[in-house]
Amino acid sequence: METAPHNVVSAGTLQTFARDASFNLPPLPTETWLPRGLGSSYGDVCLNPSGKLVSSLSLNNFLAFDHETGVLQVEAGVTLGEIQRVFAPQGWMLAVTPGTQFVTIGGAIGNDVHGKNHHARGTFGDNTLSITLVRSNGEVLNCSRSQNAELFSATIGGLGLTGFITSATIQLQSVAGAYLDTENLVFQDSGEFLSLSDDSEPDWQYIVSWIDCTSKHGRGIFMRGNNSAESKVPQTKVGGPTVPFKPPVSLINKASVFAFNQAYFNLNRAKAGTTVTHYQPFFYPLDSVQRWNLAYGPKGFFQYQMVIPREGGREALDEILTQIRKSGQGSFLAVLKTFGSDAGPGLLSFARPGITLALDFTNRGEVSEALFKRLDSVVLEAGGTLNPSKDARMSRQMFEVGFPNFAEFEKHRDPLISSSMSRRLMGW
Amino acid sequence: MKILIIGATSGIAKECARIWAARSTSASPNSLVLVARNAESLATTSADLRVRNKTAEVLTYASSLTETEEISRLESQLRAGGPYDVVLIAQGELSQQSEAQSSVSALHQSLTINATSVAVFAELGARLLEPQGKGTLAIFGSVAGDRTRRSNYSYGAAKAFLASYVNGMRHRFAGTKVNVVIIKPGPTATPMTTALATSGRLAPASAVAADIVEGIAKGKRQIYTPGIWAIIMLVVRLIPGFIFNKLDF
Repeated sequence: METAPHNVVSAGTLQTFARDASFNLPPLPTETWLPRGLGSSYGDVCLNPSGKLVSSLSLNNFLAFDHETGVLQVEAGVTLGEIQRVFAPQGWMLAVTPGTQFVTIGGAIGNDVHGKNHHARGTFGDNTLSITLVRSNGEVLNCSRSQNAELFSATIGGLGLTGFITSATIQLQSVAGAYLDTENLVFQDSGEFLSLSDDSEPDWQYIVSWIDCTSKHGRGIFMRGNNSAESKVPQTKVGGPTVPFKPPVSLINKASVFAFNQAYFNLNRAKAGTTVTHYQPFFYPLDSVQRWNLAYGPKGFFQYQMVIPREGGREALDEILTQIRKSGQGSFLAVLKTFGSDAGPGLLSFARPGITLALDFTNRGEVSEALFKRLDSVVLEAGGTLNPSKDARMSRQMFEVGFPNFAEFEKHRDPLISSSMSRRLMGW
Repeated sequence: MKILIIGATSGIAKECARIWAARSTSASPNSLVLVARNAESLATTSADLRVRNKTAEVLTYASSLTETEEISRLESQLRAGGPYDVVLIAQGELSQQSEAQSSVSALHQSLTINATSVAVFAELGARLLEPQGKGTLAIFGSVAGDRTRRSNYSYGAAKAFLASYVNGMRHRFAGTKVNVVIIKPGPTATPMTTALATSGRLAPASAVAADIVEGIAKGKRQIYTPGIWAIIMLVVRLIPGFIFNKLDF
């Protein structure tokens, strides 16, 4: 994705927000707005170049915490990293976290993000107890499974289109400390990956795999972990390298991807086994390289994340890997995992039973799109779909097939909210 | 440690309070006394700090920060709650230069909160620390006060006044264990600067706050944050006027 200037306004404070819910729009608004958190989404779900973005980052307060139950009430601009940092030493962590901590609570709910423990804890929305939603007509609505329940399920995974989440109440999980007992295993093909997944799901809370998409059979590293009883916290390294500027061309090319995948596989094969790991490198491996996305150069990159049902999934997965290898457009970060049986709490939730694979591709214009089209047809054929939170290019038809509750969702949209994505996929 | 923060709901001061709260332990709890104009924001800030660390003690006072009688009453309450290790004076608002030029009330209000109120509370802080014979009095200036310029001199001049005021106070407390600090943040991402936020060149408030807390702990007398601003402002101050006046910034 290339960048475009945006008009960003602040949400102010909880007290002033509802009073100002018209965001200084003209009396007969011709301009739309869109809630905005940290903008970490890869695609156009967080963009609205023709209108306003209303930033939640000023809403960064913790509101209340119950030390007995682990129920936390927070404003929507609080980041997941902040929650982990503040609560891990107190014996609590997020029940579900995605692969980056640079995400706000509002963004995590609006995209109904998932983590490495989908089979155990479902999605972020499954661990969200209630939200406060401000609509552009000034209404302030408390939404939960028992109050405004339909709007609640529309807003979880609702891509920011149902209103502005100002605060939320979430369930944290009790932990002994900030550490995980982890084990890395090598697999040689997708069949081995699937049987490792099936064997591990009952006993391991966190499961994720890296797959070498330049390899012939789809070899990779299978990583599994459980919250550790280890609670002693030795000094950990904070911060890491930063990509200092945007290079004129992408540093991610065929040669560097091949070399990286070879090296990564062999390095991890050599250190396969069990270890105690701090949550930061285990949950958030890429966060240690600040602004890593700039390495893709001025044209940026696409992420392609699909989910395909388990039935026939292995064949489809192999076909996808073959297509990618043949195209020569590999990816550093190919992440493979299986989702559990949770069908998703939101009307537009992406995570659903099946196999999910996520890959980053340098934006090569038509060459990239041609590959994506081939992958789309394999995914559709297999009865799968793509993750809208990471998408910038799927067709409207593909979206409608993958999200059959869309008509129900549309009833709950906020008429003044619009994003580049909603205009592309929903027609408004 | 006991820390008194005036203007405690301002973006950077609140981040400082979060750092001090986070460092509290049940063996050595930190106590935060917060004074600010808006009672609602003050309640939110107080709840936030308590959630972050239940061992931190938080006490709040809502005050206009400008009414003299109210300030006198507040002073006796604050004195009863002492002694303090740190007094941080942080209230301020980024006024529009164009409004300051055209509106008597806008300029008057801007100077009242950014200059007069801060100096009045600096003296209040000095009266709290002087009998203790030790402690840190830290006052928010700004890089904008190092050399005033056309786009925000009403704000910058108020900050320059504070830097000058602090010089006098430092002379007064020379040879004592009372340290008077001027803090000069560069442009920082806070509610005060949201309108400027699209440039992406604003420092995160949490990083600026970390510099301030560390600078106070080390006994610095002047804290530029981010540190690069010490060099930038040295250069800006050295630009001759006939060149400076041709620059547009």
